[in-house]
Amino acid sequence: MSAVLTNTPTAAPLHQASPGLWTLAWRRLKRDKIGMVSLIVVVFFLLLMLGSYAGIVAGNWSKEVGVSYANPSFMAGAENLDAVKAKVDANAEKIPYVDLSDIDPLAPRYKEWEERTAKIKITETPRSDTLIFGGDKWGRDVLQKAIKGAQTSILVGLVAALFATVIGTTLGAISGYMGGKIGDFLEWFYNIFTSIPYILLILAFAAVFSSSPSLAPYRGVPMVVAILAFTGWTGIYRLIRSEYIKHASREYVKAAQAIGATHSRRMFVHILPNVSHVCLVQLSQHVVQFIKAEVILSFLGLGVPVDSVSWGTMLAEAQSELVIGKWWQLAAAGISMAILVTAFSMLTDSLRDALDPKIK
Amino acid sequence: MGAYVLRRLWQMIPTLAGVMLLIFVLFNWVGGDPALVLAGKITNKEQIENIRKQLGVDQPSYIQLAYFGFEVATGFTCTWRSYTEKPTDSPKPTADAKADTKTDTKADTTDAAKAAPSGCQAVRSWATNEEVPKILTSRIGPTLTIMIPVLILETVFGVILAIGVAYVRGSLTDRMIMMVCTVAMSISFLVYIIVAQYYFGFKWGMFPVQGWSDSFWKNLTTYAPLPILLAVFVGLAPALRLYRSFFLDEINNDYVRTARAKGLAEKTVMLKHVLRNAMIPILTNIGIALPGIFVGSFLLESFFSIPGLGREILVAVNRSDFPVIKAATVYLAMITMLINLAVDVLYKAVDPRVSFK
Repeated sequence: MSAVLTNTPTAAPLHQASPGLWTLAWRRLKRDKIGMVSLIVVVFFLLLMLGSYAGIVAGNWSKEVGVSYANPSFMAGAENLDAVKAKVDANAEKIPYVDLSDIDPLAPRYKEWEERTAKIKITETPRSDTLIFGGDKWGRDVLQKAIKGAQTSILVGLVAALFATVIGTTLGAISGYMGGKIGDFLEWFYNIFTSIPYILLILAFAAVFSSSPSLAPYRGVPMVVAILAFTGWTGIYRLIRSEYIKHASREYVKAAQAIGATHSRRMFVHILPNVSHVCLVQLSQHVVQFIKAEVILSFLGLGVPVDSVSWGTMLAEAQSELVIGKWWQLAAAGISMAILVTAFSMLTDSLRDALDPKIK
Repeated sequence: MGAYVLRRLWQMIPTLAGVMLLIFVLFNWVGGDPALVLAGKITNKEQIENIRKQLGVDQPSYIQLAYFGFEVATGFTCTWRSYTEKPTDSPKPTADAKADTKTDTKADTTDAAKAAPSGCQAVRSWATNEEVPKILTSRIGPTLTIMIPVLILETVFGVILAIGVAYVRGSLTDRMIMMVCTVAMSISFLVYIIVAQYYFGFKWGMFPVQGWSDSFWKNLTTYAPLPILLAVFVGLAPALRLYRSFFLDEINNDYVRTARAKGLAEKTVMLKHVLRNAMIPILTNIGIALPGIFVGSFLLESFFSIPGLGREILVAVNRSDFPVIKAATVYLAMITMLINLAVDVLYKAVDPRVSFK
């Protein structure tokens, strides 16, 4: 506290309101260079996600703009059978036309057909031989796919982590604050979930949810979010519960009781702000974990549907592409995910340091 | 000690009951009508009704739950229906025959139960009609062939590297290694597997791309090395970071200073004093990871065509083969609880300060 005050050059007035936890944490975070760089990267990815959601970037990711497996533009000279084929086709048109009408039984109708086809306008977009970061099997731009994939993966990670934090915090708060029979019951509930190995729990939920006819309309993103949130809340519950046990007997909570605050008011208005930093760190940690999990689930075909794209489905396509030497889809999905996850985990570490009330 | 173990075993009962309840609720209610899942594309009402009877889902839910409890208690080797029922002539009902036969369940059940416990029929997989206990026991071997070496190698390398890194804490080497670990951890496991399988297996031919055999030795020396190396490599970064923090927690303690002050060699201080104290949280961590070796890495198993438990569960999930998933979940939960107990008892051996309450 005093260190902060001496840093300000002008003499601070005596009655200056002392900065709160969040103000102090923000100041500490600003001093952390790695933290700030990761924050910028994460914000960039979030903006990218919003942009692609609004259709500003990667709006035509599903358009087949290049030849199949178009080369990345920085290695335009590489072998590409489809590009070669297109050139051969273009040359083939110059081959002189041989009149076969005397032996062709359909010849009299050619004229009629030609007239008909002339009425229909076909605008064939010229397919380019190279794309910025290459093309996939159908000639879609891999870079745009990676952005669109980021949108799906980040959305799933964020929303699932949010739900898991809400579930974990609510149950943990009730269990830690109430204790007694309710606490025992919630502990039992927690033990059930933790005694099943995590991977197995996810797969069991995935099996049930995906075979249920009544949940069929929620296939895809909502279902992945539900699977991850229902299985991933346990760690948060554990931490929040121990925090609430600690806080429930503190003086400020007793004071709140004395002025007649109800249980729920004490739990969520008085104590919750004091443990919210734990929630935030857990939230950001779970975003990373869930993004990784979503990629694996989508890869296995248990995640987002085939018509949308995520980093997981890109990796699933990339596996067979690598064998024929088309590495760029693997690189695009792998690198963009690695950048985001690295930045997010380093941001989590910085947040944890910045929010630690013991460091002033 | 004996009393402690007994009490812990006693406490497992409600948890296990809860696990069974969760699985029951998930697979019988949330997952929709199990008969419809099994029936698949059959739309004949009568056949579906038969399947429903066959599975026992025409009964009230508490009886269904009792059926499930009986199956769990007998290790899925005996369904309640087959136990109480007169043994039928066709012991191996096929998917279609199942629906047609054995509709007369009420007939002389009591006599048959006394006379012929041999009428027991194991729960069968919906997809392959294989007996579920056989599936699970035959798949566990390959999984352990991969996962036990992984756990051993990961722990040994993790501890050795972590103690080295913790010793030079704060130096450039330390920071570089931690940085590499963070980046390595953020690359998807999928990318590692795809790339390694392509280069080591396909392109350079150092290992077989995939496969498995009947001989344990051949598996361990030919087919297992690449998956094992991959899992160790990927698992090393998080282990190193974690173990390093355990060593750092110990390295600043007073007893370390005392040991140095009395003139002990650095090697003795690190390997005798610090290592032994840091082993306690490391053991906890291994205890947490231990149940996971039974599930195995389902990704590795499916990429490398290893007929292990993880791949089996994954296949079952894709086929909506509920009996296999249910059985695997219940038994792995039991194994997890027993391992946790074993780890807690082992603490006593490692740390004399621990006492059983």
